[in-house]
Amino acid sequence: MRVLSLGRWLRAGLVLPGGPASRHSGDRHSGHRPQAPPQGPAQKVSVEVLEHLEQLALVDFRDSEGVERLQKAIQFADQLHEVNTDGVEPMDSVLEDRCLYLREDDVTEGNCTKELLENARETVEEYFVAPPGNIPLVKLEEQKTYLQGSK
Amino acid sequence: MAAMATMVAAGCGGVWCRARQRCARWPGPGSRPFLRAQRAVVCNARGGAVSAGKSGLAPWIPVVGLEIHAQISSNSKLFSGSRVQFAAPPNSLVSFFDASLPGTLPVLNRRCVEAAVMTALALNCRINKKSLFDRKHYFYADLPAGYQITQQRVPIAVNGSLSYSLCIDNKMSQMVTKTVRIKQIQLEQDSGKSLHDDTRSQTFVDLNRAGVGLMELVMEPDMCCGEEAAAAVRELQLILQTLGSSQAVMAEGQLRVDANVSVHHPGEPYGVRTEVKNINSIRFLAKAVDYEIQRQIQELGNGGTILNETRAFDSKLGCTVPMRDKEGKQDYRFMPEPNLPPLILYDAKSLPANMNHQQVINIDWIHERLPDLPSVKREKLVEQYGILPEHSFTLLVWQQDQNCNSSQASEDGLAEFFESVVKQTQMKPKKVIGWILNDLLSYLKQHSLTVKESPVSSFLLADLLNLLEKKEISSTAAKRVLAELWKGEGKTPLETVKEHKLELLQDQKELEQICQAVIDGQENEVMAIKAGNRKVLNKLIGLVQKKTQGRSNPVLVKQLLEKKLSE
Repeated sequence: MRVLSLGRWLRAGLVLPGGPASRHSGDRHSGHRPQAPPQGPAQKVSVEVLEHLEQLALVDFRDSEGVERLQKAIQFADQLHEVNTDGVEPMDSVLEDRCLYLREDDVTEGNCTKELLENARETVEEYFVAPPGNIPLVKLEEQKTYLQGSK
Repeated sequence: MAAMATMVAAGCGGVWCRARQRCARWPGPGSRPFLRAQRAVVCNARGGAVSAGKSGLAPWIPVVGLEIHAQISSNSKLFSGSRVQFAAPPNSLVSFFDASLPGTLPVLNRRCVEAAVMTALALNCRINKKSLFDRKHYFYADLPAGYQITQQRVPIAVNGSLSYSLCIDNKMSQMVTKTVRIKQIQLEQDSGKSLHDDTRSQTFVDLNRAGVGLMELVMEPDMCCGEEAAAAVRELQLILQTLGSSQAVMAEGQLRVDANVSVHHPGEPYGVRTEVKNINSIRFLAKAVDYEIQRQIQELGNGGTILNETRAFDSKLGCTVPMRDKEGKQDYRFMPEPNLPPLILYDAKSLPANMNHQQVINIDWIHERLPDLPSVKREKLVEQYGILPEHSFTLLVWQQDQNCNSSQASEDGLAEFFESVVKQTQMKPKKVIGWILNDLLSYLKQHSLTVKESPVSSFLLADLLNLLEKKEISSTAAKRVLAELWKGEGKTPLETVKEHKLELLQDQKELEQICQAVIDGQENEVMAIKAGNRKVLNKLIGLVQKKTQGRSNPVLVKQLLEKKLSE
């Protein structure tokens, strides 16, 4: 894992409020409406947001390249804000005008245990085997991720 | 009757006792142990909690809200065609969609929608004619897709209410009706089951349950103690079973309840709430809620704070413990389910003309076909038979008592039995009800039987009660006969009476002779009676009963004795 020196990381720019961070401040009840487009030049992703993402999505931003790529992806998506959507209802799905098909309550599937278990790396007596529960995430201070390494 | 007593006693009294053993310190100056009487004061069934006692501290108001997941009773799952069944070989009831293999899509089951509509109508909800599906993301081994399809933005129904009855004062003589508001009802998928093998640090996953349809009922925090929560859930269970939308047997995981508990001082904003999970029966629900309320009061009383956390109820210890898995706030990253268009429901007015009937769900059509709800049934029983409301309540409550393990608990078990007996006997319903609720019910409970499994049929009981009514046997003898009938040897009451010689003595002379003999043998008692102590008469009546081996009519005996003693 390549480790950026602290100085270089600082120079790369840090948090700015109103950027991608605000999209994650989940107001779940609002119905996923996008925030107002951020002002100014491309926003940088804050360390707090990255740590939050690492915890949630269980990813590990291996190195600066990973973070850069994320940054670029966000910038790319930000282009959407250039479209004026005032007064337009967000579309959830291209199916919105279709009828939701209702199926009769008949048993038509199942009984394919063998086929399903073929995909699993490890099985025990027809159960899938998974690691225990939710492995409690190691405390942030003890993490050895890139982000921590760069602090 | 007995059922109510158990519920009330176990609900609140028990937890205080246990909590007293567990907790080293108690709130308030003087540290007095929590007495049963004080419990009645902390949560006043008349509405909200009141004073915390004589300690002079500001009162605490507990606030309890419930989130209930009811498994929909259907043949197949919510979005796939695999079978819904409780016990089956692991991973045998799983389709490719349930295992979330790529290339599979959800297809909504009509029956599940109907079940949700029925439930919403029974709970007086406003049905959203257009509701939407969303994805709720989180990681867990039993959620193969990494998300659950639910209805977070616009659920199928909102703003309903559930009315339930509660005994106040532990006397079972006064029932009060309370209401809890239903915030919303939504359709969602169930997850699979995980079996943890801690020794080998692994989890076994069975996806049979993954994708089964659930109705999530979110209640507003209108309750204030474990007893109310238990009563509300009981009533909901009855309603769901009556509708048939869910079998709602907690023991089989068809009804899961999570409680949100907080406390605050009057006039102040609501306190931090904790969520209590892993509650496996209604009895435990009451215990868990009461324990958590008490824990929070104690914690705050000692100057601590309450964390917004999820706790699990440990039924063995009778307390709640923090759940490791749920540290930190979850971000579910809700997003619309892109594979499902909105769910549109119709009513008589908006019914489209040219659509295939199978594709249309008509709310009004469902409304017309709703069965009588428990509250309506109870009123009918009271009106028709003149029994007390609390008796009517017990008749309908018992079929899914917390101690009943049977998943075959039938709908009108006890009420049906009662009505059947009433039809076949001359005894008045008001007297019959005593035999049903006291004698029959206690036998059934002792042997953990359902009404259907009772060795004493309604016909036999009616026969017995007729003998009693015709005064051919005494009520003591009747109880004796019932005990014999219980053995299920196929004898009729009359045969049993003859076999054990339990008929009432009809010969007046013989009775008089026995009475005289008793009087002659009990000089002291006779003197006491003549001196004015009437209670001793009962002893003499008892002696006559003994001599006649229970075959004398106590009323007649009393008359005879009194006559003789006054001579």
